[in-house]
Amino acid sequence: MPPITTAPVAETRVRTAKPKLAVWKFASCDGCQLSLLDCEDELLTVVGAVDIAFFPEATSTVLPGPYDVSLVEGSITTPHDATRIQEIRAQSKVLVAIGACATAGGIQSLRNYADVKEFTSYVYASPQYISTLSSSTAIADHVPVDFELRGCPISKQQLLELLNAYLHGRAPTLPNHSVCVECKSRGIVCTMVSHATPCLGPVTHAGCGALCPAHARGCYGCFGPKEAANAMSLGSWFTDALKVPDLDVQRAFRSFNADAAVFAEESKRHGE
Amino acid sequence: MTPTRVLIDRSGLDALIATLAAQGYRVLGPTLGRDAIVLGDVAGTDDLPVGWTDEQEAGHYRLRRRDDAALFGYVLGPHSFKRFLYPPRQRLWSVSRGSGPDLEVRAEPHDDRPLAFLGVRPCEIAAMRIQERVLTGGEFPDPSYADRYGRAFVVAVQCTEPGGTCFCASMRTGPRAGTDCDLALTELLGPDRHDLLVEVRTPRGEQIVAGLPAREATDADVATANEALARAEASMGRSLDTEGIVELLERNIESPAWGKVADRCLACANCTSVCPTCFCTTVEDTTDLTGQHAERWRRWDSCFNRDFSFIAGSLIRHSTRSRYRQWMTHKLSAWHRQFGTSGCVGCGRCITWCPVGIDITHEVDSIRNHERSASTFHTVGGRYR
Ligand code: SF4
Ligand code: SF4
Ligand code: SF4
Repeated sequence: MPPITTAPVAETRVRTAKPKLAVWKFASCDGCQLSLLDCEDELLTVVGAVDIAFFPEATSTVLPGPYDVSLVEGSITTPHDATRIQEIRAQSKVLVAIGACATAGGIQSLRNYADVKEFTSYVYASPQYISTLSSSTAIADHVPVDFELRGCPISKQQLLELLNAYLHGRAPTLPNHSVCVECKSRGIVCTMVSHATPCLGPVTHAGCGALCPAHARGCYGCFGPKEAANAMSLGSWFTDALKVPDLDVQRAFRSFNADAAVFAEESKRHGE
Repeated sequence: MTPTRVLIDRSGLDALIATLAAQGYRVLGPTLGRDAIVLGDVAGTDDLPVGWTDEQEAGHYRLRRRDDAALFGYVLGPHSFKRFLYPPRQRLWSVSRGSGPDLEVRAEPHDDRPLAFLGVRPCEIAAMRIQERVLTGGEFPDPSYADRYGRAFVVAVQCTEPGGTCFCASMRTGPRAGTDCDLALTELLGPDRHDLLVEVRTPRGEQIVAGLPAREATDADVATANEALARAEASMGRSLDTEGIVELLERNIESPAWGKVADRCLACANCTSVCPTCFCTTVEDTTDLTGQHAERWRRWDSCFNRDFSFIAGSLIRHSTRSRYRQWMTHKLSAWHRQFGTSGCVGCGRCITWCPVGIDITHEVDSIRNHERSASTFHTVGGRYR
């Protein structure tokens, strides 16, 4: 189809220098920062558009701060990290927490429901040398965060959208509705309704594209609670209508986002 | 001249599908999915869920085998034809920087192939008309809906076995199909017969039927169909008392019933996604990394999504209570004032596909009951966000 209208080119937004990007790691598995390297097709364009100032997984280059954008992966689990995140915040114009660890404590926040001293005594031969906090907490529990990218791991499309929007000075399109919206948009048949498979989709933040329901599995809640998540209603439906044992409901809400307040609270309703 | 009523058998239906395909239509209809009957491409009757049915209740759907070879022995699945007329995601236009000084703006072309919908239930036909009114009846008609719906060939199947969550009889949209279809079929299935009564509703339909292997339908055949439809009308899985409903909901915007349903509602937007009349969308702009190309997309949105209520710089519907109230009062009350009809056709999908089984018919009852029981007390409506 031929072009139907033409308009004069608007004044383009001119940057004097390429933005400096830094990628930081705290307690995490590296999966989220690897999503950046996983952007094979787009990686060269991204690298061309930013100066990678600090990204040990990818390059040995280390440029001094301040940084325009810091991507922060991982949760805060040691006194040293609690100090380090303050320094990173002070060096960063925009700080983005990426992934379930950075946004909700991660799977390691299961420690928040247990005795960490006991763990270290099992795991380490000389636990007296271990300096660790009794809890695993999100970056936003320590410093102001400008944006959170959810997921375990994050979606590389969402990461690209965020960088893309930043580079073009527009708002990112990263909706905060439920996974169900993505599920229904794809025409996937609901696991809860059609085969009584418990699904966290109705209380979980979108972003994965309803990956698990697409394979007839219930959502595991990787992207953490959506806005206005009604975990209590869903938890009650699991036990009362779907006859899921309390312990299983507790485990469902206590996984990658175990320290997200809404999930944590509902998990406690199903046993300590 | 072709009679306005004929009988065809399964091979006649195959011929109908083949004729539509030969005329260039993309034929879409019910197919057997892994866990539900879903809409898909239909090349012949083998693609239909022959011998299957569905069991539906609030928050509950199961596929079940029938003990016959009924072609249409089930009701509605989670997909409505809205998926095709008004897709979940649709590019509206795109723009590129060319080599010269100008931007190139491209409108999205219309589909090449017209659509033919097979097995459309009467409630769904009513829903298409409602969406047509909403999307094309105003000052800025939606060209893609107008094009798709205007060209679509609609083969209705009238309902002789309503489902557990159906209430079209209350909404006066079924189980008989009105005139907004090209052909209306009624499946006549007995110990010694398996026919489809075909009623012609448009000249376009008449033209197609003229080429089919068909027999004349007798008055007895028509009477059999009418009896089955009358039985269906009397055996709806649900009913909704619509008496004075516009004013009922207007009077009760501070009913305690909203708070009670909000305790259960997940604000997940499943109900609006499956509803064949819900039409709310948002637009999203995308850019490529180089900034050379941008696109505007439209996608389904919902009054249950918080950001949908972002108006003039702030959010107006924070609580789930206000979102559920917005949805139901629009469907059943404000829609009448705005578009002259109800926004609900009684298909029951929102009941079946609500993950926690919230039932719009029960919620209306609950509002009536609260009003009745409150009438002896003086109540002060509280303000809420
Ligand atoms: S399968 Fe899960 S995500 Fe999909 S609609 Fe059902 S509850 Fe929502
Ligand atoms: S409100 Fe519910 S019953 Fe009414 S048309 Fe929509 S999905 Fe069907
Ligand atoms: S009524 Fe049911 S389907 Fe609709 S938003 Fe509430 S929980 Fe979801």
